Amino acid sequence: MNDFWIILVGALVAGSCSVLGCFLIVRKMTLIGDAISHSVLPGIVLAFLITGTRDSVPMLIGAAALGLLTVFLIQLFQSSGVQSDAAIGIVFTSLFATGIVLVSLYTQQIDFDLEHVLYGEIAYTPWNTMTIAGIEAGPKAVWIVGSCFILNLILIFLFFKQFKLVSFDPSLAAAMGIPVLFFHYLLMSLISLTTVASFDSVGSILVVGMLIIPAATAYLLSDRLSRMILVSIGVGGLSSVIGYYSATILDASISGCMVGSAAILFGLAFLFSPGNGVVSLLLKRRKSKESHA
Amino acid sequence: MNIMDIITDPNTRWILLGTMFLGLSSGVIGSFAYLRKQSLLGDTLAHAALPGICVAFMLTGVKSTSYFLIGAALAGLVAVFLISVLTRYSKIKQDAALGIVLSSFFGFGIVMLTQIQQSEYGNQSGLDTFLFGQTASMVMSDVYMMMTVSFILIFTCTVFFKEFKLLSFDPGFAKGMGLPVVFLDYFIMMLIVAAVVIGIQAVGVVLMASLLITPAVSARYWTERLHIMVILSGIFGMLSGVSGTLISTSVNDLPTGPLIVLSATVWFFFSMLFAPKRGVLSSIWRRVSTKKKYSLEQDRRKGSHSS
Repeated sequence: MNDFWIILVGALVAGSCSVLGCFLIVRKMTLIGDAISHSVLPGIVLAFLITGTRDSVPMLIGAAALGLLTVFLIQLFQSSGVQSDAAIGIVFTSLFATGIVLVSLYTQQIDFDLEHVLYGEIAYTPWNTMTIAGIEAGPKAVWIVGSCFILNLILIFLFFKQFKLVSFDPSLAAAMGIPVLFFHYLLMSLISLTTVASFDSVGSILVVGMLIIPAATAYLLSDRLSRMILVSIGVGGLSSVIGYYSATILDASISGCMVGSAAILFGLAFLFSPGNGVVSLLLKRRKSKESHA
Repeated sequence: MNIMDIITDPNTRWILLGTMFLGLSSGVIGSFAYLRKQSLLGDTLAHAALPGICVAFMLTGVKSTSYFLIGAALAGLVAVFLISVLTRYSKIKQDAALGIVLSSFFGFGIVMLTQIQQSEYGNQSGLDTFLFGQTASMVMSDVYMMMTVSFILIFTCTVFFKEFKLLSFDPGFAKGMGLPVVFLDYFIMMLIVAAVVIGIQAVGVVLMASLLITPAVSARYWTERLHIMVILSGIFGMLSGVSGTLISTSVNDLPTGPLIVLSATVWFFFSMLFAPKRGVLSSIWRRVSTKKKYSLEQDRRKGSHSS
């Protein structure tokens, strides 16, 4: 049963990250996802220091606030003439550094160490259970990450047309009266929420892997955004299963193995994808050469 | 410990010297990376160094900085190669390629790190410090290594200044002049790898990017000329290295990397606010004075009309 819970949490993290990751890939903003997943750290620590509990709600609020602050600061520096990639770099490194300094300053009060920050403790999720109205309702992480997943799915489903148009052609979207900036910030707040919901299980750095790699794999496997989202969820779930079992064989970090298997799946798609893979590209090239000769 | 004790302590003096040179050289090479819009390449290379360090440890079984650095450098080269393959042979864009390589390498690195932790080598505390950097773990030979690599980096940037300048501003023209653009391109990336490799011990893989990016951006605020920018960026990097190390040794148990990063951020904010032409304050002042001039002129015109 514990295996099942861990795999489920991994799959839910992967699913909720990759849904959003697809939009980041098509908008060429993957590194903003990287930045947000680093810079929510001080928000989580501050929420913890202020409330004194590891309750999820204040942490979610703190992280979401820091996520929005990140996006805002990046845009501010960009408009003051700093190149966009450098703006991203400055913002996330300084916020993450602040978070680490806070953690080290208050090590007595905070019971998560720096390793936990980096790669989470997904192995312990089955024991951190929740009771609703006196009934054992399964691990807490499943509820948190699960509701995050469902929230992402509902919002993306409801506003799919808007999100799609904003991603591919923001000026047309603006001309059609879609509030582009609103959807931009909505996507960014969803990313911050997802990051912090996944934080406990896979750690702040490996959220990045789940945001980018399954979505990139799906990007190579499909040419339609809707199909890409479905494929990326599938790839994310698959890497969670493979990751868990390879972690038990290797006796290593589970979340690390999940990202590792996602990377291997990406490598396979890169080589063998029917339309976009390297192998099919080479075959096509040879065929056209032969038909020339 | 107060500041005087720290400065007179010979061990700390060496470490200070090391971080000083580290800041200087990464600031210098970072300015070229910034102008070539490759700032986040440093981030990817730093994360990619983790599996390299772990493989070096697994193969040799000893905690030797020089083996680690070789491992990190090789991993960095593989990462550079993979990024260019990904962008060339698929529809993956540069930013996604950086993100993919960064997170996959880091994922594999974490897998290896935890495996080393479980295995009989047991004592991997030396590897842990590479995540966030800890100057306390540095020994004399590490400092010598940092200084040597920094000297080489600064020397190379001085010798190839003209070529790098051309490559940063107008690669097409550089190609037309007959410069080996592809070679120089890889050469600059190698230099970034070298800066990252000597930096991870002091700053850690997670935050190393900051030393390449932040001083360069701060320097850009003060000047429009490349050589001044490079020198300024080196100075900002050096100051951040020194102040970060000083604070980290005087306050117990604070990791050095984040403090160096935060010092660099302080310099960035200082530059953003107070730089003479491009700074926020000067642009506000300019706006206000233009407005005043305009309204004065309006008043004068009105005055001449009514008279």
